[in-house]
Amino acid sequence: MKILTLCGAGIGTSGILKVNAERVLQRLGITATVVAIDASMLESELEDAQVVLTGPEFVERIGRTFADVIVVENYFDTAELQRKLEDALG
Amino acid sequence: MENTALPPLPDEAVLLSEDARDWREAVAAAGRALTASGATDAGYAVDMVRMIEEHGPYVVIAPGLALAHARPGPAVHRDGIAIVSLRDPVDFGHPYNDPVRVVLALAGGSSARHLQLVAEIANIFNDSDAVERLAAATSADEVRGILGASA
Repeated sequence: MKILTLCGAGIGTSGILKVNAERVLQRLGITATVVAIDASMLESELEDAQVVLTGPEFVERIGRTFADVIVVENYFDTAELQRKLEDALG
Repeated sequence: MENTALPPLPDEAVLLSEDARDWREAVAAAGRALTASGATDAGYAVDMVRMIEEHGPYVVIAPGLALAHARPGPAVHRDGIAIVSLRDPVDFGHPYNDPVRVVLALAGGSSARHLQLVAEIANIFNDSDAVERLAAATSADEVRGILGASA
């Protein structure tokens, strides 16, 4: 399974989502590859992704997709992340 | 260990109870602190503001905290962080996490390094009250203690 974390530069907030998603996935016993990207990489990365984690500003940019788009409010709240990932993957 | 820890946070990189009328001034202050610490050119502050203009207030990643940064480039001399706490909180236009009381500015010498630094920041802030403690901090030493950073 592939999970994208998306932000403006692909190296900042998406990096925080990546490490926290990996932490939560391990907790849940789910194996996945988590890739931090910026919006310019969406087209090439989105096709085979199951989940996109991002902030509210980027939802429109993602457009139509088969992936579950998860909007994260507090990037440091791993309980929020776990709940939303469980909902999407469960 | 050297590679995963935060870069030093000298006194010049900490501005407490800073006056800012809006988010641009808050980010500019964080840019000044990065430059004063020797981590970046003054132009990096402009780049940080431009990131938010281009992509929106997504940098407000937790209640009260903005993670300001731009891409690695010639304006970055070395890895650096800066902390600015605001006397009066300012809105960035974020739907959930406004108003911002603390700006954490980050400069990474490379994209890989930048990602390592944000991972380290996640370790510090995850499921903690670090933002509240930074907002209330009254000395650079106290800020360093919260972040586990050296001077």
